Amino acid sequence: MKRAILFSLPLLALSAPGWAEQHDHATAAQVEPADPAATTTAAQQEVMDHSAMEHGEMEHGKMDMPVDQEPMAHSQMDHGSVPMPRQEAPMDASKMDHASMVDQSPIPAGPPPPEAFSAPAFAADEFVGADKMAASRASVVREVSGVPVYWFQADRAEYRAREGKDGYLWDVQGYYGGDIDKFWFKSEGEGNFGEKPESAEVQALWSHAIAPRWDIQAGVRQDLTGPERTHAVIGVQGLAPYLFELDAAAFVSNKGDITARIEGELDQRITQRLILQPRAELSLSAQDIPELGIGAGLDRAELGLRLRYEFVREFAPYIGVEQEWKVGKSADYARAAGEDPSVTNYVVGIRLWF
Amino acid sequence: MTSIDRRKFLTAGTASLGALGFVGAMPAWARGTLDGTLARRGSDVLSGDYQTMTVADAMFTTGTRRGPGVTVNGTIPGPLLRLKEGQNLVVDLVNDSSMGTSIHWHGLLVPFLMDGVPGVTMAAVEPGERFRYEFPIRQAGTYWWHAHTLQEPMGHYGPIIIDPAGEEAHSYDRDYVVMLSDWSPMHPHTIMKKLKVADAPFNFQKTTATDNYPLSGAERRMWARMRMMPTDISDVSAPLFTYLLNGHGPEDGLEFAFRPGERVRLRFINGAAMSFFNVRIPGLAMTVIAADGQDVRPVEVDEFQIGNAETYDVIVEPGAGDAFTIVAEAMDRSGMGLAMLTSRPGLRAQVPPLRDPPLLTMADMGMSQGGAGSMTGMDHGEASAGGAMDMGSMSMRDTSLLPPNVKVGPGIDMVAMNPVDRMGDPGTGLKDVGHRVLTYKQLVAARMNPDMRQPTRLKEIHLTGNMERYMWSFDGKKFSAVTDDPIRFAFNERVRVKLVNDTMMAHPIHLHGHFFELVNGAPGMHQPRKHTVIVQPGGSAQFDLTANEPGDWAFHCHLIYHMHTGMFQVVTVRPLDGGEG
Ligand SMILES: [Cu+2]
Repeated sequence: MKRAILFSLPLLALSAPGWAEQHDHATAAQVEPADPAATTTAAQQEVMDHSAMEHGEMEHGKMDMPVDQEPMAHSQMDHGSVPMPRQEAPMDASKMDHASMVDQSPIPAGPPPPEAFSAPAFAADEFVGADKMAASRASVVREVSGVPVYWFQADRAEYRAREGKDGYLWDVQGYYGGDIDKFWFKSEGEGNFGEKPESAEVQALWSHAIAPRWDIQAGVRQDLTGPERTHAVIGVQGLAPYLFELDAAAFVSNKGDITARIEGELDQRITQRLILQPRAELSLSAQDIPELGIGAGLDRAELGLRLRYEFVREFAPYIGVEQEWKVGKSADYARAAGEDPSVTNYVVGIRLWF
Repeated sequence: MTSIDRRKFLTAGTASLGALGFVGAMPAWARGTLDGTLARRGSDVLSGDYQTMTVADAMFTTGTRRGPGVTVNGTIPGPLLRLKEGQNLVVDLVNDSSMGTSIHWHGLLVPFLMDGVPGVTMAAVEPGERFRYEFPIRQAGTYWWHAHTLQEPMGHYGPIIIDPAGEEAHSYDRDYVVMLSDWSPMHPHTIMKKLKVADAPFNFQKTTATDNYPLSGAERRMWARMRMMPTDISDVSAPLFTYLLNGHGPEDGLEFAFRPGERVRLRFINGAAMSFFNVRIPGLAMTVIAADGQDVRPVEVDEFQIGNAETYDVIVEPGAGDAFTIVAEAMDRSGMGLAMLTSRPGLRAQVPPLRDPPLLTMADMGMSQGGAGSMTGMDHGEASAGGAMDMGSMSMRDTSLLPPNVKVGPGIDMVAMNPVDRMGDPGTGLKDVGHRVLTYKQLVAARMNPDMRQPTRLKEIHLTGNMERYMWSFDGKKFSAVTDDPIRFAFNERVRVKLVNDTMMAHPIHLHGHFFELVNGAPGMHQPRKHTVIVQPGGSAQFDLTANEPGDWAFHCHLIYHMHTGMFQVVTVRPLDGGEG
């Protein structure tokens, strides 16, 4: 994470005005000569010709509210208009002098008077009909506070060029639900072209908001390749200070193996549409799992950098590079299987959501 | 020939919308399978005691954009109701559209059953149904009407002018309505969904590595650390919206005519769904004579910010000038609505360029040490640079500062640390524009207020939200949590309401069925009466209310997607027969 911050700093410093992407001034352009029809439309809106009004005939007595004649200079207003800051925090008294002109006697907070609680609960019920209003109320409540939302995102869907056989990778997720509770799914996998996938998994999770920017997620993960494995999942996902998107999860397999994964991404805007995204992922294991080629401790590390262009917010192709290392015992397993424990991928892909 | 053209038009419209991926979200009629006629721009005038207002689905075009709209009597905006104080009004609302509808008479004092809020005062008028509104006109001034459903952003709104029973306080030669609004080809449901699932998807003015914003690296890191954006000014802006004046986009060349020497009254109404506007007429001073329909002592300004649902009446004297540009610049300065004030058809004044987008400040985070500072000569609101590092260590969400009735949870991402009264603030981005900008403190009621009792009770309400999840609420509670637990007032009770904004967005808060008096430093008897009050980010605002209209009343933020994601409450005034007793 630290490394990613340091990485982002040179970009922030690069605030050269020269090629800054400006917002679109086109809407402010000089408008074309008038369409006579538009003039007519505007003229139709002139609804009253006051020059024709006879002001002398008006009677003050006929008005509901007497026009107040009390003279008041605007210079006086300026002083009177000092706010009455009812703030709790201490405030420099010297700034408050002017305010003493205004009545500051405190108004007590308190519950409403008893008659404010007199029936009926819903005023329209007895006029419109209680059933009709109950149905209407329910539908407005649903519309305003409760419509579930679906979201699907392919964060990475990419072609990976590398030494040996080129490969592919997908990393998608989405949800369906309300503000607090959601059904969340994730799927990721990768492999080489012409071979069966190296890894593929799906997760089905219940997601619950525990903080303004954090969800806790729990559920199951099913591996679709290699030896049959099902895992229980518990994790957190959210937005950390400095706008890092984090996703950390621990897994317990049906064989009793405990593993964990932590991923972090940071969107670094270069222009409104060109975005550089550093990304890091670490895989950890509590034990050796030889049949999966996983060694205890830090098993795998990935560091990637992707540059995407958002044609629209929803659709952005990208290019990038990703380095992955198998570490420690995992590296030994990889070498034993005739694989290189360190691989550099040159990637091209798309990021999309809807 | 006409019908062929229209079919061709509809096909073209469908193809372009399909290419943008909206087809799935659009109802059948909008895809051209039903008869969606093209909306006419601008209003017709209705006056008299009896009216029929017919709601229908339509296609709307502006510039190069086209998409679904909703018309009332065939136009966007719908008809201008020109009424007279003291008359009775009967309106038959006919729903020929494909969605439930209603009309709310914004700012009018009406019996609560006539207020037009589905789920609160009536059931929605379903397709094919009619509903009769009937009420006396008890006031004068500039108001408007709109659907209290998601038809509102699609075009279901229109102006109201009520002439006083007595003498008009000012003389003028011409009287124009300037109704500001925003329209997008994207369906409201789609907009709301995108706001929910993505982070500021319509903002194309974010800070970047190559921007020109006057922010230091330290400040940028502070904002990132807080997981907030200094450019979070408007949730939906010009990349999606076209800003309209009386239904006309910037390319339409809308003109308001004058003759040299005339006094022109312009009645600005912000009927937008999601946009605050900065209104100015370069080269021309504006004398504000009414706010929210209520006369105020004339105050001359060069610019004013108008929140959603507010109205300002101004008088301008163009003199011998040829033409002037009426500029309604969106608060985030992503775009503008335009019209010309011209002495001869076709004359054009210069259109000023969009000004640089503004940035939020420490004051907008509720960290102001001295309020807006204009009275003290210290501009703390602008002190974002100096304060950045000190503030970095402070908690943006100290929930111990909240009163116990506020529900703390994931729905609250910020608590204003020191929410000061910001009525002296001209609004986001207008502190240093170098000319006179209206503030709430300059508003003084022209007439004595009807009720000058000192309030007996203080009611504090917090405006709360979570930008990231796009959740909005009052006191941490969404509408679903409050229908059985409304804000209660006793009939004729005089209450001071303090609104505390625990978010970094300005919210225009509207109470139905009443006027309230801003506690803005004006003498009690002349506190300005309004129906909508902007509460500046991280700040507070107070008003005095006489709860003298029995019934149930909607109370909500007038940014429609804030209301529709929870910033909506019910206010009850009881006993129900209080008015007669
Ligand atoms: Cu709001």
